[in-house]
This record gives sequence, C-alpha cells and structure tokens, in this order.
Amino acid sequence: MSDVTTTPVLRVRDLSVRFATGDGPVYAVNDVSFELGRGQTLGIVGESGSGKSQTMLAMMGLLARNGTATGQVLHHGRNLLGLPQTELNAVRGDRIAMIFQDPMTSLNPYLTVERQMTEVLELHRALSRREARVRAIQALDAVRIPDAKRRIAFYPHEFSGGMRQRVMIAMALLCEPELLIADEPTTALDATVQAQIVQLLRELQREHGTAIVMITHDLGVVAGLCDDVLVMYGGRVMEHASAEDVFHRPSHPYTRGLLAALPRLDAAAGALRSIPGNPPNMNELPPGCPFSARCGFVQDRCVTTMPPLQPLAPGAPALRACHRAVADLDALEAGHA
Amino acid sequence: MSATAPVIAAAPAGRSPWRDARTRFLRHRAAVVSVVVLALITLACVFGPMLLPNAFDSVDWGLMSAPPTRAGWHLFGTDELGRDLLVRTLIGGRVSLLVGVLATLVSTTIGVVWGAVAGFAGGRVDSVMMRIVDMAYAVPYLLVAILVVTVFGRDILLVVGAIAALSWLNMARVVRGQTLSIKSREFIEAARAIGVPTWRIIFQHVVPNLMGVVVIYTSILVPGVILTESVLSFLGLGVQEPMTSWGVLIHDGAAVMGAAPWMILFPAGALSITLYCANFIGDALRDALDPKDR
Repeated sequence: MSDVTTTPVLRVRDLSVRFATGDGPVYAVNDVSFELGRGQTLGIVGESGSGKSQTMLAMMGLLARNGTATGQVLHHGRNLLGLPQTELNAVRGDRIAMIFQDPMTSLNPYLTVERQMTEVLELHRALSRREARVRAIQALDAVRIPDAKRRIAFYPHEFSGGMRQRVMIAMALLCEPELLIADEPTTALDATVQAQIVQLLRELQREHGTAIVMITHDLGVVAGLCDDVLVMYGGRVMEHASAEDVFHRPSHPYTRGLLAALPRLDAAAGALRSIPGNPPNMNELPPGCPFSARCGFVQDRCVTTMPPLQPLAPGAPALRACHRAVADLDALEAGHA
Repeated sequence: MSATAPVIAAAPAGRSPWRDARTRFLRHRAAVVSVVVLALITLACVFGPMLLPNAFDSVDWGLMSAPPTRAGWHLFGTDELGRDLLVRTLIGGRVSLLVGVLATLVSTTIGVVWGAVAGFAGGRVDSVMMRIVDMAYAVPYLLVAILVVTVFGRDILLVVGAIAALSWLNMARVVRGQTLSIKSREFIEAARAIGVPTWRIIFQHVVPNLMGVVVIYTSILVPGVILTESVLSFLGLGVQEPMTSWGVLIHDGAAVMGAAPWMILFPAGALSITLYCANFIGDALRDALDPKDR
C-alpha cells in the first residue's frame, strides 16, 4: 500500500530532546532519525517513557517549557525546529495535524463541536462561519458520524469516546494535511472501537494520501496500519525496519521481548510472558544500552557502551542497535528453549 | 445521510454544560426564592421612587422623625429632617446596588484578564504580574480610599473605582490558579497543535472554562462590594448628601437608634435581605457549577 514519491514529506534528523529538571538534565529522546513519504505510515512503538510522545511533541513545537529539542525536523526541506510561533501556527493544523490519545479530554468541554471545527477552517482557510460549517459537516460525514448535520451542534460530552475520536480525526483532516500525527489514538477506546478507528484511518489515508506517524504501544495497531516501524526504548531507537521484518524477523532483543509478551490465541493457555524488570528511570540511564538492565542477552560491553544504530546487513534498509549479531540471538534463544 | 434513515427524536441543539448547571440551580429552592426577592428589591429601587408621591430630598418641617405611618405614604417613617425614609431607602438601594454591580463588573473584567494572561503566560510575565498584585494587596486600602476622597471629593464613580481597585486582586488570583490547571489540559495542547494563536487560546479556550469559577466568585464578590460601599459610606466617604446609600442611612440611623429605631431598621433590613439573597444564590451557583460534578 505504500506509494512512495521521491521527496519525503517529513525528514527527521538526529532529533534529541532534553529536559532541564531539578535533578539535572534528562535526555528523553536521543538522535532519532526517520523519513516519511506521501501516503506512508510509520509506527513508533515503545512502552511508557520511551520518548515516543516527546519525539512528536518536539516536532510540533509543543514541548513543555523546560524542554529543548535539537536536530532537524524538515518539512519539505524547511526546519520546523526554532521556527517562530506565527510561522509554526500556519503549518500546524494545516499541513501537519495531530490526534491525541484521550478524546475525552482533547476537546474543549465548553465549546460546541461546530465551534471547534470551524475554528480550524477560519484560521487556515479564512472561510466564513457558514462555509466552514458546511465543510465541517462533510468532514463528520466522512468519518461516518451519523446525522452529522444535527450532531455538529452538540457539546463534546454528548458524544461517546469512539465518536469523540472520530470528531478529532475529522478535525485533524479538515485542511487535508499531508501528515497526520496520531499519539496513541486508540489507547483510551474499547477493543471493537479501536478496530473501527484503525480501519477508518486506513481508508482516509487511501483517499487522501496522508502520511501518518502512529505512536502506539499496541502492536496490533502497528500490524494493521504501518509500513515501517521504529522501536524505541529509553529515548533511543532500538530497531527501525519494515513492519513485515519487525513482526517476522525481529532483530533486537527488546523487539523480541515485546512480541513474546503478546497474548496469543493459538498458543496453549499459560502464564502471560513479560519482559522482566521495569522501564528505565530516565534520570539514571546506564552509559551503554538502556535495555541492558533487562536484556536476556546482555554482555559486559552492553552496559558500558551504547551500540550504534547500524544496518542489519551492509546495504540493508533495516537498522538495529545491538552489539550481538542476529545469529547469536537465534542461537542463544534456541539454547534457552 | 440517506433520507430513509430513521429520525431519532428531534433533539434541540446540544446541551451545553451551562444548561445542565441551570437545571441544577433551579432545584435549589432557597436560591430561586432569593432570585425572586432580589429582583423585587431591584425593581422597587428602580421604579419605586417614580411611583411614590414623596421625593427623596424634600424636607417636611412639620413631620420630623415621625414613626412609620400610612398617612402621606411615610410607610418607613421619616428621618430627622422630615424626609420620607421609604423613598430614601429605595434611592439608597439604587446607589448601593449600582455601586455593587459596577464595581463587580470592573473588578471581574480586570481580574479575569489579568489572571488568565498571567497564568497562561507563566514564567517571568506571571511572576511580575502576580508581584504587582501582591504589592497592591499590601497598600493600606482604607487610608488610600480616605485620601482619594479627601483630595478629589465625594463621587460615586470614585467609590466604584476605590472598591474595584481592591477587589480585582482576589479575582486575579483565583483566575490565575484556575488557568494554571486548565493550561495543562489536553484540549489546550490540541488547540496549539491546530495552530491557534496564543491570545486566541486564552480568550477562546481558557476563559469559557473559567466561567464557572468566575461566576461563583462574582456571586461572593457582589455582597462584599455592597458591604464595602456601606462601610465607606458609614465612615463618611460615600456619596454626597442629599444623595444617599444604605450605608449612609445606616450610619445616620445608628446615631438615633434608641429614640427612632425605624431609621436604622429599614435600611439595615434591606441591606441584610439583599446580602442573604446574594449569598444563597452564590451557594446554589457553587453547587450547580462545581467542577467536581463533571
């Protein structure tokens, strides 16, 4: 389904995010790089605190006051980092839109859905209130909200969670952005609604050719939607490969752990597997690989030096950051079993 | 939408959070009664003096310090100069209520804008703005009020200004605190992500969410302001004779309380009833708009 053209919509280079805290600097994101072409979908996977959300917030210029982003976020060659607020506002919501995790809290409870949707069009398209309303109703129809003409006058609390997320998606797509950043858009929803939302995103992407960055910790969503996957841990990229590779030939111990932790219908019932240990404290990361404390394949040098993010094989598109070779992992895993 | 879709009961436009609050407010019987009483008092103050035969400043030398009587419509009696106390109480009510409403409006507007901007901007702007509030707090307010009135003379607008200058400070603090908590809500981040400019986020997205708190705080402010006006008048800093206010009437009545109790009872009663009503309404508003309810 990928329809890659030559110029990427978004090219992120060595994006790092640092927070100044009372306990000294916290390096939340380190040297993240990726590219995204028209109509492509990138999944960013990781557990809480892995830096996946901060990566997106940094791209949109939405970091908290004490956060600083370095590197480059190139949107058609223009660096979004350090852009003045007014120029950034012209891009946000127009060319790049964002959907948030919790549809219950990301709509203003005191404004009607109509007001919130028309605001986008007034800001970016200079439409009149009336024209904007027509356009907003079309957008609600497109995300299959029944009886949109009447419901557009409703307040957010009169919608269910799934419906609100549809409203958010409709709002994000009003200006037909080239890039949609979705920060765990299905996490707060029921399983059945999750599937509907993923399906909806896929259809809208097919229609408009929107590129999507999907931040999630739900591997099911990744499998259903993404072309490429970026696996993050402790603020670093562990593995960057096609979704196909990540699911069938995971090359990093952390990815393998994540996949093994998925409950499966076809396996014999038993205790659920998990990755031992806790997510790292971002204040006291080891000098080496952040996953080394929980890794089953850990060696001495893992703790002391960070493995570089390198191609899996010379010239291969897949990237991984691990000292051990894939063959090593396979052999050791076979030995354990 | 196809035309064959079943028509669900044609509901009106969305139920705003305000409408829910109104439903809850109307369940409060004391508050509803208070609204009615307050409305009656206001109407009486506005139209009463036009309908009654006596003027508030006409002196009747033959009827000084008369107790309440139906003769000549002196239902509240007369004061030491033989002026009709009913009309004077209503006129005094006009002044007190007007000062109350005006001063509240002014201080609410200043307080909301100041607090919302300080809270939303944060950082240094916030510090400077709130230190200004702290400094204004430290000014010995009554002394300044006395000074201002002595220098510029008595004027109702001056009284309004003096009261507003004090009471916007609390409003600014309350609003700033509330803004801080609203600022971190996700829909503000969502608004930023849409590209809404900062000033528009403050006034379009933050302020409507503040209204619950502001309305509650205003309902507490109104009686406080009316009371402050009475205090200033009682100290002789209010409006100029023969114009009057409830505070002035209470002040004059207090001097002859033993001999002519009606001179203090009627204006003090009017003031007390008004304050009670305002407090009941404030209570009900707090219950109706309590953010914890949603």
